[in-house]
Amino acid sequence: MRLTGRVHKFGDNINTDYIISGKYKFKTLDMDELAKHLFEDLEPGFYNRIDPGDFIVAGSNFGCGSSREQAPLVIKHAGISSVIACSFSRIFYRNSINVGLPLIEYDTSRISQGDELIVDLENGTISNKTKGEMIEARTLPRIMREILKEGGLVPYFKKYKGFRF
Amino acid sequence: MPKTISEKILSNHCSKSVYAGDIAICNIDFAFAQDGTSPLAIRAFKKMGGKSVFDREKVAFVIDHSSPSPNEAISALHRLMRKFADLHEIKVYDIGSGVCHQVIPEGGHVFPGSLVIGADSHTCTYGAINAFSTGVGSTDLAAAFVSGKLWFKVPETIKIEIVGRLPYGVYAKDLILHIIGDLGANGANYKAVEFTGSVVEDLSVDARFTIANMVTEAGAKVGIFTVDDKTREWLRKYYRKPINPVLPDPDANYVDIKRYDVSSLQPQIASPHAVDNVCRVSDLSSVKINQAFLGTCTNGRLEDLRIGASILKGRRVHPQVRLIIAPASRLIYLEAIKEGILQVLVEAGGVVVTPGCGCCVGTHNGIPSDFERVISTSNRNFQGRMGNRRAFIYLASPATVAASSITGKITDPREFL
Repeated sequence: MRLTGRVHKFGDNINTDYIISGKYKFKTLDMDELAKHLFEDLEPGFYNRIDPGDFIVAGSNFGCGSSREQAPLVIKHAGISSVIACSFSRIFYRNSINVGLPLIEYDTSRISQGDELIVDLENGTISNKTKGEMIEARTLPRIMREILKEGGLVPYFKKYKGFRF
Repeated sequence: MPKTISEKILSNHCSKSVYAGDIAICNIDFAFAQDGTSPLAIRAFKKMGGKSVFDREKVAFVIDHSSPSPNEAISALHRLMRKFADLHEIKVYDIGSGVCHQVIPEGGHVFPGSLVIGADSHTCTYGAINAFSTGVGSTDLAAAFVSGKLWFKVPETIKIEIVGRLPYGVYAKDLILHIIGDLGANGANYKAVEFTGSVVEDLSVDARFTIANMVTEAGAKVGIFTVDDKTREWLRKYYRKPINPVLPDPDANYVDIKRYDVSSLQPQIASPHAVDNVCRVSDLSSVKINQAFLGTCTNGRLEDLRIGASILKGRRVHPQVRLIIAPASRLIYLEAIKEGILQVLVEAGGVVVTPGCGCCVGTHNGIPSDFERVISTSNRNFQGRMGNRRAFIYLASPATVAASSITGKITDPREFL
């Protein structure tokens, strides 16, 4: 799968309270509605600056804090195609795979706000069109790739009626 | 090959020998969600084609994040949970039961060597009683509800040895804040932590819960302790079945071994807006506060309330401070009534709210106003955490929170001990 879009750059330790504030997430299950509040506490109006397919690029420990699955879901529903970060918090990492939001773990220090990227998930490559650079990132373990391939753990379970291994 | 506690517990639950870095599909001993995460889990369960839960004795819901419901939207989500629980004949710990991380172990659902998952990040708390317990998301939880299994990447382990002697007026909370300040918010990401050393042996089980609870703030999957006489005594009260404690092998493979001598540790505090932004309480002694909160899955246990009451006995909360108290569970609430702890706290000017998470997580029960400062015994001080992005949250021990509520500014509790 090839993804194309522009970069919205964030720093280290972006927590799930910043991604979607607890005061909203407990109120509704409507993810399109929740998506409008994406990063509202950190960058008011952020949702309106997203074009479908854009990337979130961050430093280390992206998604730390609460286990709220609304965090990767609202990112996905806001039109973001993938998150690229130096490292992810472990629950956010699991949740993203489970809801079908692809993640790439790679040193992002050379990617800047507004850069245009082409990401190839199968080969794990990131092409930075703005900077004319090509990055080869790590591919995910097999079980995670299989869950992502089905579009998340729900369609995976529907298809296989449980874990395959 | 020798194993860490985590490698042993995960191996025992997938019927093969697994080590750090391996992927294992494990059988789950207990799985639960709270009212912030259950609704999505129910939706995922239905979408997966789930017909029944794998074992209705091994799953539960806890209504604690907005308890009792502060508005009709949340009431609808609570109703969804109750209907699902009714249909599948599973246990709901409903409003007033308390915070999941006190209610689940008190309910006898956790034992040494068990594998427990919860759709709440602070599920790492039960490592205090030698369980491998960790937080997951709603879809993970739904998968476990359907199949009784979940995949895990076996974590590497950091061994943390705590030696010396905790000085008077310095508590488990100060200790874990100090460690998180040292490790950083990312310092144990994806990893397990094993706690050991003479100080750990001296700590009560309540204090061990405080420490295990906060390891996720350094990114850790779980913070595990071994079993001793104190653990056995605790389990006799709440679990009441034979146990098989899990010890690490003497030559187990640790990714890092850290040693802290805490003999000269002073009361610690985390400043806004990061848990690893830690310094000494005395460094902030002129900072005024508007609200003080004593409670949560970190520090809402009997021992914590007792410490708060010992400081507030015969004293008054500062007229410009609101002191809010939330016992971690109904059982603790009742014990605190019996011991006269709540009498002391209320007479001092404190306000007792329903056992639950509301104040800490910003759903209700004490949302601060713009530019206000809150000192709290909770585990997170992120911007907006308590429901207002313009408020400032400081994290400290029950003693520091109680002392600060009296003076109206951040205060080293040793002045009152």
